[in-house]
Amino acid sequence: MKLKLKLTSIVLGAVMATGPALADLVLPMLSYRTGAYAVNGIPFADGYNDYLTLMNERDGGVGGVKIDIRECETGYNTEKGVECYESLKGTGALIFAPLSTGITYQLIPKATVDGTNIHSMGYGRTSAKNGKVFRNVFNYPANYWDGASIAVKHIMDQEGGDLKGKKITLLYHNSGYGKEPIRTLQELAKKHGFEYKGIAVDHPGQEQKSQWLQIRQQRPDYVLMWGWGVMNQVAIQEAANVRFPMDKFIGIWWSASENDTVPAGAGAHGYKGLALHGSGTDYPLYADMQKYVVDAGLAAGAGDQVGTVLYSRGMYNAFLSVEAIKTAQKLAGVGDVNAAQVRDGMEALNITEETMAAAGLPGFAPPFSVSCENHGGPGLGMVSQWDAEAQKWSLITGLIASDMDVIQPLIDADSAAFAAEAGITPGCG
Amino acid sequence: MPDQVLFAAEVMLNGLMAGVLYSLVALGFVLIFKASGIFNYAQGVMALFAALTLVGIMDGQVPFSHLINAIFGTNIHHFGWHTPALLAIILTIMVMVLFAWLVQRFIFRHLVNQEPIILFMATIGLAYFLEGVGDLMWGSDIKKLDVGIPKGMNETIESITHGAFGYGFFIDNLDIFATFVAVILVAILVCFSQYTKQGRALRAVADDHQAALSVGISLSYIWILVWSIAGFVALVAGTIWGAKSGVQFSLSLIALKALPVLMLGGFTSIPGAIIGGLIIGVGEKLFEFLVGPWIGGATENWFAYVLALLFLVFRPQGLFGEKIIERV
Repeated sequence: MKLKLKLTSIVLGAVMATGPALADLVLPMLSYRTGAYAVNGIPFADGYNDYLTLMNERDGGVGGVKIDIRECETGYNTEKGVECYESLKGTGALIFAPLSTGITYQLIPKATVDGTNIHSMGYGRTSAKNGKVFRNVFNYPANYWDGASIAVKHIMDQEGGDLKGKKITLLYHNSGYGKEPIRTLQELAKKHGFEYKGIAVDHPGQEQKSQWLQIRQQRPDYVLMWGWGVMNQVAIQEAANVRFPMDKFIGIWWSASENDTVPAGAGAHGYKGLALHGSGTDYPLYADMQKYVVDAGLAAGAGDQVGTVLYSRGMYNAFLSVEAIKTAQKLAGVGDVNAAQVRDGMEALNITEETMAAAGLPGFAPPFSVSCENHGGPGLGMVSQWDAEAQKWSLITGLIASDMDVIQPLIDADSAAFAAEAGITPGCG
Repeated sequence: MPDQVLFAAEVMLNGLMAGVLYSLVALGFVLIFKASGIFNYAQGVMALFAALTLVGIMDGQVPFSHLINAIFGTNIHHFGWHTPALLAIILTIMVMVLFAWLVQRFIFRHLVNQEPIILFMATIGLAYFLEGVGDLMWGSDIKKLDVGIPKGMNETIESITHGAFGYGFFIDNLDIFATFVAVILVAILVCFSQYTKQGRALRAVADDHQAALSVGISLSYIWILVWSIAGFVALVAGTIWGAKSGVQFSLSLIALKALPVLMLGGFTSIPGAIIGGLIIGVGEKLFEFLVGPWIGGATENWFAYVLALLFLVFRPQGLFGEKIIERV
């Protein structure tokens, strides 16, 4: 009997040890530190983790409640991502950050049923911007369709406001992610009178000779890129090889990090990319990051990614999660908030200049607010350009707003189709 | 000449060059299969590991630094020196020879006379183990590889073709360099196999293990030798592919490009690997150019396998493979 009791207490203890500590804020991070896309997954995951570690170490968590970071390796594989979600959804997880459009698409119907929250920041299903249909899914501060529109607006600006007769080619990863902007670009082509052409690159994108020979032969005026991982590095190298003018080659924010440009060396000079936020370490937050996280030996990685574009994005993602939790705590009047309360917090999120400055990130990203009607934020972006000599990205434009006259009808149509398919009655409250 | 014909000719030439790059990877598979009957699933990861090691040595990176730092609380990452490319290549070859010895000593020595499927599964395990070791040893970040391989458009070819046809052909200097390397590599391998004692021993083992053993050839020595040569071929392939895209973990996926080449050229023929690579390279590029735009593009990955499958149906042993005849 004694032995049985002892065994039971050991088993119970083990179970409790693997579950979340009571009153912890569980934030899962579906990351990929292995596999073909690890090069990009690592800095993002490091930034996400380090910001949350900073909150725990410096502020004692959020609103006095510690954050429990649950990292789960997906290898950028959709099936593994779903497995991670299934294993973590019962832990009191507050916000899932899938870091993959494929995984996000699989999780959207599940999250709607399970009442869990998904934040696909700058990726995922674009029409999730419609919060009246996608109640638990958020994609603020911008989405792929915003990205396509921002890129076209920048090109218009470069061409004196007229795109008639111009040729714009989209080089895209042959996946759900890469195909997202096609519809928007087709609509924008109709509106502005440019000729649109799409060229697909199969996973992983190690060999792109055919695609770049097509580009060389067709001579488009601009090439846009929706790539990820090795596809980006090879595309930039091939563009340099065929002497495509780099200032007319523009990547989405997932194709515009140091990882993408450094391997091509001087050939990458002048390549442009969209940006959702700033990068580099010229923000007051980094003094604390160094003191409480890196110097304390608590950095998620080697500490060598701090300030890079993808590290900054992971950190920004974590910052937005923390701010949503703070908003939820204010609304609920308790520190130990649950997923439903955090959903309300995400929907009531209001990021001001003051919020950014208080976090030590003044001017890092634009202020915005979220509402039931708009889970996607303001859809603002900037254009940055790579300086191969200085080895850094610099912002070359101010904030550019996307063309909602074109995008909103597409969002309405796509979200209505999802609502009909999933039996959802759109509405707020 | 009509533009479309010129474009097709340019695509075909580039297909030939791409085919050479596929052949470089396929050669490693052929060498091991020929000598030991093992389909080495780890060949792509070996190319990755060799390239990682080369960059690591060149940059003076401390191997296993993350592990060392985590255990001892230190903060070391680099030795503080840079190794010249040639010395780094020699040191990497030595690492690949050590790897060959370890593979033979700890894996395949214990699997002699096992079914081919067991040996194949062992190489699957080896691939994932080696990928993990590579990660621990050198880290997962992308690394720029610069061993002086020329890159970019070849001016001479462009100006000659422009003068002749009014349209300058694009050929990448890296591809031309890879072609020269492949020719030299194949010549060395053929000479080694035909004219050296070890080469003859290797062919004897490939023909019949038992007969080779009975005349005093050490199977263990030959297997270490062949894995070392495959390691060297992996280094060449990893270096050229790594110079194209930076050294990163997706490099191991170049093995997928070699599989249709092997299906087409046969698993046991070095010339087969070269000719197979050229056919696949030209076939997939021309198909993408002529048919791709009509069916949404991105056809290369699957078309290479369709092409190989067609050859397989009519010639199961591949173009140059040896026909298996079993007498009862």
